[in-house]
Amino acid sequence: MRGFALISAISCMASVTATAPAAQELSSSQVERGRYLTIAGDCEACHTDIENDGLPFAGGRALGTPFGTIYSPNLTPDDATGLGRWTREDFHNALNEGIDDEGQHLYPAMPYPYYTLMSRDETDAIFAYLQSLEPVHAEDPENDLPFPLNIRMSVAGWKLLFFEDETFVPDPDRSEDWNRGRFLVDGPLHCGGCHSGKNLLGASKEDEYLRGGLLENWFAPNIRAGAGGGIAHWETDDIVEFLKHGRAKHTAPMQRMGEVVSISTQHLREEDLRAVATYLKSLEDEIPEVEDAPEAARLETGAGIYFDNCAACHAADQSGVPYFFAPLSTSNKVHAEDPSSAIRIILGGARAQPTDTIPSMLAMPPFSWKLSDAQIADLLTYLRGTGDRRAGPISASQVAEMRDYLAEEEH
Amino acid sequence: MAKQLSGVDVVLVGFGWTGAIYAEKLTDAGLDVLALERGPWRDTTKDFATTFAQDELRYYWRHGMFQEAAQSTVTFRNNSAQTALPMRSWGSFLPGNGVGGSGVHWNGQTYRFLPSDFVAKSHNEERYGPLPEGMTIQDYGVTYEELEPHFDYFEKICGICGKAGNLNGNIVAGGNPFEGPRSDEYPNPPMEMTFSQDRFEAAARNVGLNPFPVPSANMSRAYVNPLGLQLAPCTYCGFCEKHGCGNYSKSSPQTTIIPALMKRPNFALRTDSEVLSIEKSADGSRTTGVTYVDTSGESFFQPADIVVLCAYPLENTRLMLLSQIGEPYDPRSGEGVVGKNYCYQVMSGATVFFDKEYTNGFVGAGALGMAVDDYNGDNFDHSGLGFIGGGYIACYTTNARPIESHPVPDGVPGWGSEWKQAVQANFLKTASVGVHGASMAHRSNYLDLDPTYTDRHGRPLLRMTFDFTLNDRRLSAHLTPVAEEIARGMGGREVVVGERKGSYDSVPYQTTHNTGGTIMGTDPQTSVCNRYCQSWDLPNLFVAGAGLFPQNAGYNPTDTVGALAYWSVDAIISKYLSQPGPLVQA
Amino acid sequence: MFSPTRRKVLKALLFGGTAIAAPSALYAAEYGRGEGMPWSPFRGQPPYYGTVEASFFTPAERGAVAAICARLIPSDDGPGASDADVVTFIDRQMASFYGRGQHWYMQGPFLEGTATQGYQSEHPPAQLYRHALVALDTYCRDAYEAGFAELSEDRQDAVLKGLDEEEITFEKISAKTFFDLILKNTIEGFFADPIYGGNRDMVAWRYIGFPGTRYDYRDFVGHNGARIQLEPVSLMGRPGWSSP
Repeated sequence: MRGFALISAISCMASVTATAPAAQELSSSQVERGRYLTIAGDCEACHTDIENDGLPFAGGRALGTPFGTIYSPNLTPDDATGLGRWTREDFHNALNEGIDDEGQHLYPAMPYPYYTLMSRDETDAIFAYLQSLEPVHAEDPENDLPFPLNIRMSVAGWKLLFFEDETFVPDPDRSEDWNRGRFLVDGPLHCGGCHSGKNLLGASKEDEYLRGGLLENWFAPNIRAGAGGGIAHWETDDIVEFLKHGRAKHTAPMQRMGEVVSISTQHLREEDLRAVATYLKSLEDEIPEVEDAPEAARLETGAGIYFDNCAACHAADQSGVPYFFAPLSTSNKVHAEDPSSAIRIILGGARAQPTDTIPSMLAMPPFSWKLSDAQIADLLTYLRGTGDRRAGPISASQVAEMRDYLAEEEH
Repeated sequence: MAKQLSGVDVVLVGFGWTGAIYAEKLTDAGLDVLALERGPWRDTTKDFATTFAQDELRYYWRHGMFQEAAQSTVTFRNNSAQTALPMRSWGSFLPGNGVGGSGVHWNGQTYRFLPSDFVAKSHNEERYGPLPEGMTIQDYGVTYEELEPHFDYFEKICGICGKAGNLNGNIVAGGNPFEGPRSDEYPNPPMEMTFSQDRFEAAARNVGLNPFPVPSANMSRAYVNPLGLQLAPCTYCGFCEKHGCGNYSKSSPQTTIIPALMKRPNFALRTDSEVLSIEKSADGSRTTGVTYVDTSGESFFQPADIVVLCAYPLENTRLMLLSQIGEPYDPRSGEGVVGKNYCYQVMSGATVFFDKEYTNGFVGAGALGMAVDDYNGDNFDHSGLGFIGGGYIACYTTNARPIESHPVPDGVPGWGSEWKQAVQANFLKTASVGVHGASMAHRSNYLDLDPTYTDRHGRPLLRMTFDFTLNDRRLSAHLTPVAEEIARGMGGREVVVGERKGSYDSVPYQTTHNTGGTIMGTDPQTSVCNRYCQSWDLPNLFVAGAGLFPQNAGYNPTDTVGALAYWSVDAIISKYLSQPGPLVQA
Repeated sequence: MFSPTRRKVLKALLFGGTAIAAPSALYAAEYGRGEGMPWSPFRGQPPYYGTVEASFFTPAERGAVAAICARLIPSDDGPGASDADVVTFIDRQMASFYGRGQHWYMQGPFLEGTATQGYQSEHPPAQLYRHALVALDTYCRDAYEAGFAELSEDRQDAVLKGLDEEEITFEKISAKTFFDLILKNTIEGFFADPIYGGNRDMVAWRYIGFPGTRYDYRDFVGHNGARIQLEPVSLMGRPGWSSP
């Protein structure tokens, strides 16, 4: 019995869940509206030093970029170290044009190329919410960037090439739902910040829009849900469940995306998540070319490794247990062109993000001590060559590279 | 000199099944709850992931997750004429340790006690006349009917897989016709059975018995429990009992309660913290909290308004004796209560050896089995038999772990060529039909403090004085032939019968069902706790676990332990909090 | 008594800063307080099976133990303890916490127990082996003018039978206790996962048909008495995981 109706199970449980943050009622209060937009924008995630138990919104989190490390600033209304002296105008300029209260450019690690879609009204609301927080005096560390990037003026050139401030204009030929979805995805949710391919200078490539992107050696997969897209096999309900409850038929949010669901999307209104799903379902893509079948020997060892190690959760026929253990035959991560996430998860393990509705912790153990590079490569090659989707083989050196990177990162 | 800490509403001593149950309910009611666990933190991926959980040597033979005898053990003797000596390494039972306790490595066999089990004394006296001299069984003080909603809830928290046999008084085909009335069906259907169970079922029906699928905490399908926790389908890995489950398919505190509890700001847990004693107020009328020591060796006094003992019957009894709470039991006079009515389980059975067929024991799970209850409790007429009680008879397929399970027929030597070849010829071709017999309390079976041996803190170890009684032997002698008869009907080449012979031997593994010591009842002269599991002596002290059982029934204890915990914590929330004090007038 | 005000105050004291002593954060881990379940990548307790170099026995002791194991589980038309390298398993066990009796309760006084009271020797397993092998050697030289390993197989069997049936006794320690222990350890070494040094190349598992450490047999539940043949796999894999 593999079918499982998560949504109906949740509604039966609704009365017994533990106290969760209050549902997002649309109220006339500016602060409440701003709080909702802040959640959608996931501001708290970057602007809180999560790794070191920092206070919310007080900044100081180290964000690794291909160019160096940037530390997020303090958004609480502290006069000396936060936004205490900022005006609404200053804040709007920051989100809309990427400049701070002194006219200096912000590094686009702050996703203003996306936030620019928000209107003055919306940035005012966010500002009102931030100004309502308890001021925290927190000096944030200096950014660690090499010359000449440590000079903010250098960002001007980048912006000239890659940035244009714009406001969101709804498409009259599309439904209200679709437009709301597009606003959220391209605006506050800034999905493209991770899920779009980047050029060498770190700007999103238009033709790589939501086709997957590499960030801190995690591959955020292709999230186009229309025909030919990475998650074409996901229904609207699947996308909503994933974002709201942290559990869906096909997979669960983990690691970085787990953080996003936990801090941001699980608290959004269901109709907004449905709008996001509607928008994503409209994005089509080209079905990637089917790769040639890999060598038989690798398929054989891969199959053996798979059955002996993985079947306990992912089932002998790769169909998993929907909502519990990801079906692998259709998995977006396993079949992604860039296998970084799949390799990384096999080596280090992964955990399905516990959310307010489903607090269970299902975790995949690390296999780094048990399987060699060649074995992991054969295993992935087998999965990529025999599922319902096709992707090319993996080499042992790709696994070795990731293993080295992770070993360094640990220390 | 113990450092004093800031107080909490509730301290739980030990954090296994009952600790998790009390913690979840009390934090849900808004109280600040602190659990102190002697052992380490345990969770699935860190301690028993699918990558290394299948390790018979580590987890069974080297006691990977059990209590370390070096840290605390018990001394044992069969009777008062002997000198009790330490169980230097565990044998017949394996107490748990660490977060989740034995709830991590149990089989998952989840039966409710019968309605008559809760009134064993009055029921049997009424039907059969006066009890034999020395048998000290008692009524629980709570009835099956009162516990029924709590059995139901615990089974839903665990996702137990089975088939109801008695739904609200209506006997339903496919279930156990002898069970007490259930208000609801099991939350999940029974497990899919294997060859051995099919043979047992046919053979049992053939001799006029009523086989039913064993209620199992190994999941027959994916399940989400009332707290939002997910349990995955069991994969019949054959590494169930004594091992942790790597793929979330066995009910345990970790899979059913703890992740929900960890999100509550009013719950805290300290591991590697061993409680040394329960402290009392100067006038001795209430407990003020507990003293514990952590791995630095430093001791702390943790004040609390309520203390609940969740440390397993053996340690609970020992803590009460060490802290001088309640009158210790004296077997000579029969007076006193703490340590009284220690019971165990009376096991026997028959092994079937097949010729052509393979039973493939490695395709197994801890509670994968079929059972008959026709000879349990008072389900059959005991007139003239000279004993009371009974047990279920079941055919489980739990494992084929070779160090543990390598049966050979009668007459084969214990080592050498012939032995080795017999092992090989019969491996994967045997099934066992086991009797899980009740253990009635007797005045000579009890727990107290050892006069000689101490733990590393210098505190006396618990001393266990226990042997099988005449009732046990007669019960076993009556039921074992039934098991044999069924076994002979299963189509094997030969059957080897393992009778319950001789004294209780503390060495070979039997069950980890140690009951009694802190028994519940209606009279403070003959019990430690009242019917709400509240200490008669200290009204803000509650006791959990099978130590509450005045005698042990012919079933595994966990379902009844869970039901009593939910029953008791419900009384704390609905009655005690608004009016602290004794809930029952003595 | 349980007014909300009082509970709030307690909460602040417990979970906020406090002037009253707090337990050391170093020596007892604390969990809960709304922080959720701990998790980080690479967390896990993979089996610790000692180093390959761990060793307790002298060469002579090792020789005697190997000879004993070879009679307890002989190599005949099927593999035995020698093929499975059981002596290496036992040697590494004796060098580990098990041999030291580290997890056992080894406080005195040590008295002779009844048949139902289990192991009561003052010697943890490694020391018991050491003393017993000396006593065994003495016995064999007295009776046959050769060490145990040099005796014929028949003679070795006779000696072992004598230990088992308590016809041969040792002065300072119980010969029967030693026999029971070495039989137990031999069976362990024969059938345990190969990572512990015995059951070399899973030879014992292959001999009896045990498939090892696989974790999913859902497709086999309906076997209905038919044989299931699977190449055994251990915790560190099997040859089939690598291309030749």
